[in-house]
Amino acid sequence: MTDVAVPNTTRKDWASDQEVRWCPGCGDYSILAAMQMLLPELGVRRENTVFVSGIGCAARFPYYMSTYGMHSIHGRAPAIATGLAVTRPDLDVWVVSGDGDALSIGGNHLIHAMRRNVNLTILLFNNQIYGLTKGQYSPTSEQGKVTKSTPFGSLEAPFNPVSVALGAEASFVARTHDMDRKHMQEMFRRAHAHRGAALVEIYQNCNVFNDGAFSQISGRDQRAEMLIPLEHGQPIRFGADGGRGVAMSTDGHLQLVDVAEAGEAALLVHDETREDPGLAFALSRLARGPFEPTPIGVFRDVVRPEYGAGMAQQILDAQERKGPGDLATLLASGGTWTVS
Amino acid sequence: MSTVIPRQTKELDRVVVRFAGDSGDGMQLTGSQFTTVSSLFGNDTATLPDFPAEIRAPAGTLAGVSAFQVHISDHDILTPGDAPNVLVAMNPAALRANIGLMDAGGTVIVNVDAFDERSLEKAGYTANPLEDDSLTGYTVYEVPMTSLTMEVGKQVGVKPRDAERSKNFFALGLVSWLYSRPVEPTLEWIATRFAGKDAVGEVNTKAFKAGYHFGETAELFESNYQVRPAPAEAGTYTNVTGNTALAWGLIAAAQLAKLPLFLGSYPITPASDILHELSKQKHFGVRTLQAEDEIAGIGSAIGAAFGGALGVTTTSGPGLDLKSESLGLAVNLELPLVVVDIQRGGPSTGLPTKTEQSDLLHAMYGRHGESPVPIIAARTPADCFDAAIEAVRIAVTYRTPVILLSDGYLANGSEPWRVPDVADLPAIDVTFATEPNHTADDGSLEFWPYKRDPETGARPWAVPGTPGLEHRIGGLEKAHGSGNVSYDTGNHERMSHERADKIAGIAKGIPAVEVDDPDGVGGAEVLLLGWGSTYGAIAAGARRVRARGLAVAHVHLVHLNPFPANLGDVLRSYRTVLVPETNLGQLVRLVRAEFLVDAQGIAKMQGLPFHAAEIEAAVLQALGEDIAEPGITARGNAEGVTS
Ligand code: SF4
Repeated sequence: MTDVAVPNTTRKDWASDQEVRWCPGCGDYSILAAMQMLLPELGVRRENTVFVSGIGCAARFPYYMSTYGMHSIHGRAPAIATGLAVTRPDLDVWVVSGDGDALSIGGNHLIHAMRRNVNLTILLFNNQIYGLTKGQYSPTSEQGKVTKSTPFGSLEAPFNPVSVALGAEASFVARTHDMDRKHMQEMFRRAHAHRGAALVEIYQNCNVFNDGAFSQISGRDQRAEMLIPLEHGQPIRFGADGGRGVAMSTDGHLQLVDVAEAGEAALLVHDETREDPGLAFALSRLARGPFEPTPIGVFRDVVRPEYGAGMAQQILDAQERKGPGDLATLLASGGTWTVS
Repeated sequence: MSTVIPRQTKELDRVVVRFAGDSGDGMQLTGSQFTTVSSLFGNDTATLPDFPAEIRAPAGTLAGVSAFQVHISDHDILTPGDAPNVLVAMNPAALRANIGLMDAGGTVIVNVDAFDERSLEKAGYTANPLEDDSLTGYTVYEVPMTSLTMEVGKQVGVKPRDAERSKNFFALGLVSWLYSRPVEPTLEWIATRFAGKDAVGEVNTKAFKAGYHFGETAELFESNYQVRPAPAEAGTYTNVTGNTALAWGLIAAAQLAKLPLFLGSYPITPASDILHELSKQKHFGVRTLQAEDEIAGIGSAIGAAFGGALGVTTTSGPGLDLKSESLGLAVNLELPLVVVDIQRGGPSTGLPTKTEQSDLLHAMYGRHGESPVPIIAARTPADCFDAAIEAVRIAVTYRTPVILLSDGYLANGSEPWRVPDVADLPAIDVTFATEPNHTADDGSLEFWPYKRDPETGARPWAVPGTPGLEHRIGGLEKAHGSGNVSYDTGNHERMSHERADKIAGIAKGIPAVEVDDPDGVGGAEVLLLGWGSTYGAIAAGARRVRARGLAVAHVHLVHLNPFPANLGDVLRSYRTVLVPETNLGQLVRLVRAEFLVDAQGIAKMQGLPFHAAEIEAAVLQALGEDIAEPGITARGNAEGVTS
């Protein structure tokens, strides 16, 4: 297959014939479009691309792609995708998940896929609500959130998906949002190119059950002041004219500063490849929620041995040592005796 | 040393030896080496390891007693023996925990050094059983195993504490002498096993020899015994445990099907040894993933199956609970998958190290919705090999998850196995889809992932990487044929039937049940119907009944879902159908419901396999015969009467 050029494709080639059934106005549409428009640029083949999902609104994603796909059960997509990725290193395996699917019922699978560094590209559609079950709070909903299951306000502190991923040893972690196709595509492209587990958190608007959850930061008029773009090797700054930035205070905290006051030299220079995840973690905690200036972009991109490759290598090493397995030898390996 | 008095060697046709001691005393090692030597010598053997769930229960207590029972014989045997003829008890707790298993007249060899006041107290004895009359009726040999072993240690120059640990080798030496076992294989085994640990190897060797010589020279024993080799079919033999045989069966099946083997598994007793064994065999291309939990174990196997591998997950009862939802997914995806359940005592954590057959109904019905899954059960340790191949054959042929049931008794028990010729193993044909299989209304070619094979009802297996066959599958109901999501009510009914019919249709491809009835099917009045690990006890029980000149038939099921096509007719040919199971009656419910026969269950729920005598007694009762008969005790030696 490698000797044949990857055929040229367009967005249409990546769309299945199934009618898309998300609520009109749902942020999922723009994520789907971003993906279908990006894939023709990635030089990949439909037959070698697999989308695996769990349960939730986001999890319908594979049905709308003309690739191989599996819409599995709640929370289990990372585990299923792990089995696929380690046995089929020739495939591009994408996991599509939501905040409930990935961080509640499937939390265990998510963290272990990242810890093992399985070659998966994981898209976490975070809308901070349960959409498919019609509006209960999720593990990323803010404390105090009033929903059908929390009429007096949620008592729970939310997860910060980027912090969780960094804590789970993820080798690639990024954040983007559904209002900026170009940025989404750039994050997807980077995540896809990464070898190992890559997690992209996508702030996604659920206009039916949690409309405007991110409007304070991702609206066209808010972005400049409320989104902090992370760019590798660049001082971290934001604001209409780049007038604000992120600096480290003398006590080791990250803080937002006016560049004019603090001076350019004081700004933190973003380094995605830093071994120590501490600064990336601090950046992930900069905003307490999507109502304060929030970093987006690649938080971390480090090289770590990929799990499936390690598994394959152990097989090659064993075959080198012992030769390919011979069944008759195996069956006799416990010692034998002969009756004649 | 005193002069060796030549003593007579008596011939025995069979003997059951039970080694019992503290968990730390190495009884499993001692017992399995005694078994190996006996197998090498040519005896037929059957074993029953019996150990506590706690890794380190307090030393010297009843909870910490670990035992290994082995039955060796000069003829074909089927069980590890009902009652031990010889009990080796390394301490008072071992004696107290096991003496009840013995028949009067049995031989007890105790490590007399361990019978001090403190140890007696820990075992719950108020008086020393060696000094009161509680062991009257047994032949008791008091052997100072600890002190003699320490003496050996002193010669080698190791610390007393370390030397003391070799006392199981003294016991092994003594019993090896008692039953005239060749010593070389054990000496070689010690040399290999403790290679590089010179002092340990040396003490073990010397302790073993000391035990052997003690038997020879001490005038305690008036004779020793010989159990001649069992006549066996010509061939090459090895000793396997059920878990090893099962792991090898999976490797063999993967080769036969030409599929890469993937195991996703979470450690659980008593299934973990399959994970261990497969993890060792990387040069066969086996991939093993120790998953984060039971769900990921099966999930990863499903993912591997989607990609065209042979996906397997292994577990025990509690893990099967956790896998239920994913099994349902596999039913809907119609992908090949093998789920191995090594059953143990339940419910909940239950009895992790004890055997039970209580997951049959779970395997059958333990999922929501109409969710049929084929079920296979292995019946002896070596049969786990064939059962694994059969489970794989059904999984890949019918594109379905299959549950393979074994249990703790088969998993850890071992038996001699005539190693099959690899060339004789059955072929397993697997074809992946490579072409579109449907013409759309507009004449274009399409791939329909749920268009079934008219013969088997299986859907095509089209793996990612195949151009033109891109498709999506999932847990939502599928439209028949196209596989698109469908909420259509009529379609759901049709698909429910298609899934059920596919599994029921497997019966067409499995052999009719064999009926072991010397008088021909329907000849006897009573039929014993069994499945799984009760095979040995039921077959041995039937032998005992026949040895009395009475008739009984035996049918043993490998396929539990679907049942073999002729099973109903066979059951209806007998006036009485008895179904012994180590559960409260699970197969019996299934056959009563399926065939409307008045089958009766025989239940045992002690975490232990049946004794042949219990089966015999049940049949005699059904026949209205008197159980007690001269020469045959309830747990006696009748198994040897036929060979
Ligand atoms: S419920 Fe919310 S997330 Fe789900 S499809 Fe509708 S808008 Fe989108």
